[in-house]
Amino acid sequence: MSAVMQLWASLHPVVQMLVKGLAVIGVMFPFGGACSLIERKVSAWMQGRPGPNRAIPFWFAWIPVIGPFLQRLGVFHLLADGGKMFLKEDSLPGHVNKFYFLLAPVLAMIPALTTVTVVPFGAYLDDAGRLAPLVLANLDVGILAVFAVSSLGVYSLILAGWASNSKYPFLGGVRASAQLISYEISMTLSVLPVFLMINAPGGDGSLSLFRVVEFQSGTSGWHGTWFILTMPLAAVIFLVSLFAETNRLPFDMAECDADLVGGFHTEYGSMKWGLFFVAEYSHMLIGSGVFVLLFLGGWNPLPWVPLERVAGWLHLVDKPLLLGLLSIVIFMGKGLLFIFVFMWVRWTVPRFRYDQVMKLGWQKLLPLAIGNLIFYAILIAWLQPKF
Amino acid sequence: MANFLFYTFALLTLASAVLVVMNKNAVNAALGLLLSLVGVAGLFVLLDAALLAFVLLLVYAGAVVALFLFIIMLLDTTPGAQKPFSRLTIAASAIGGALLLLGVLSLDERSVLPSLTAAHAIPTLKNYAEQLFTTYLLPVQLVGFMLLVAMLGVIVLSRKCTGEDEPKTEGQP
Repeated sequence: MSAVMQLWASLHPVVQMLVKGLAVIGVMFPFGGACSLIERKVSAWMQGRPGPNRAIPFWFAWIPVIGPFLQRLGVFHLLADGGKMFLKEDSLPGHVNKFYFLLAPVLAMIPALTTVTVVPFGAYLDDAGRLAPLVLANLDVGILAVFAVSSLGVYSLILAGWASNSKYPFLGGVRASAQLISYEISMTLSVLPVFLMINAPGGDGSLSLFRVVEFQSGTSGWHGTWFILTMPLAAVIFLVSLFAETNRLPFDMAECDADLVGGFHTEYGSMKWGLFFVAEYSHMLIGSGVFVLLFLGGWNPLPWVPLERVAGWLHLVDKPLLLGLLSIVIFMGKGLLFIFVFMWVRWTVPRFRYDQVMKLGWQKLLPLAIGNLIFYAILIAWLQPKF
Repeated sequence: MANFLFYTFALLTLASAVLVVMNKNAVNAALGLLLSLVGVAGLFVLLDAALLAFVLLLVYAGAVVALFLFIIMLLDTTPGAQKPFSRLTIAASAIGGALLLLGVLSLDERSVLPSLTAAHAIPTLKNYAEQLFTTYLLPVQLVGFMLLVAMLGVIVLSRKCTGEDEPKTEGQP
């Protein structure tokens, strides 16, 4: 163990960061794929069918209990799907703008994987006994970085729609860009009360996501309360905007198959299409991660029961590795809960019409978000001296 | 390392800025502008101004250039259809470029930057907020007012006028 640590410490910092980043992406990418399996299973469950449960390599069928279990879970369908994506004919339609057509799927992945760097996904107690975040870059402008980089995701949709040089993808791209820009505003405004709350007057001011979780890590009173309990409206606005930003039903205007064939990715096939798919799921994963950090206490197991206290109960205070793993498990558990909510909504709520989407964004959510901000600004100014 | 990053970002910014001006295809130009903004954001990060960098990305790269692209695609401009520059344009751009160069040179030669006080050495969020809400309150308000005026102007200009009677509004049966 110590030999490994020594080898790690002797590496160049740039190499260290590269390894860390690749490790995080290496977890994110398969998770994005696994979400498609979860989606198929959840939709099957909701519609009362068994879902994918056939594919199995014959040598796995020989393992007594685990083999059939994995078969029923549909794990091999996921692998087969992945293989299919890579092995299919990679067709390139003749009427497209080739450069941008090929660039768009790559552009979809860049923001999806870049935002991961600033999202803390766990915590451990360092040598001084203080909580330290597990994050690639603990920026002071955390949430702003997430919004800024994820707002670049719109270009892949616009470019895919435009470069396809055909009617329906183009309409899909235009719709997507309008929708993404509209809902970004309510999304940004809805999280402001959270940051008003964590930044007491006199402090330096911080937009760090780690600080938000720290604030929710108290044991009593306001400091332990998760923000979903104190700011339910902000949480709802954020969640609705998140659905719109990730292009999920009921907001999947960009790929609405009833009137746009397949939307912006109509002309795409094989792994190029797969990249859009994985990017959408990565956005969902990061979006639910940010929601959990902002409103659900991050890696704290329960309101008023912070991670440190659990570490004390389980005697994990001086075992940063185990505590880190525990915090990641708690965080991922809450995140997966939200992935389920995404799917639950998708298979329950019918799709909005485009004008309804615009109306909801500009005439309902935006005023609501502004009102919410003003209400909490006054409330916090009034209450803050008292705690 | 910092030097290497500075040159990379500076090169990216300048090269893509040249692309914006020289390219005949409007979509290429808009994406060049996007790259250029990303380069400037990188330079800001190197200057410890992470907030400025991400606000630049959020507002300009994330929204403004997206709107540019939106308009370009809706208008469907065909590349290569532009007229050759007239003499007046060439003269004006030459004078403009010369003035800009002169300005930069004089800034380099004569300017005296205000010395940094200790409080402003590290640009924290609090420093930004304090400056914006105290020293620069009036300019911020003015810029906001200008944007409001521009927005109202757009609404007025884009209203469909159908002769004498009231402009038609959507949703009428």
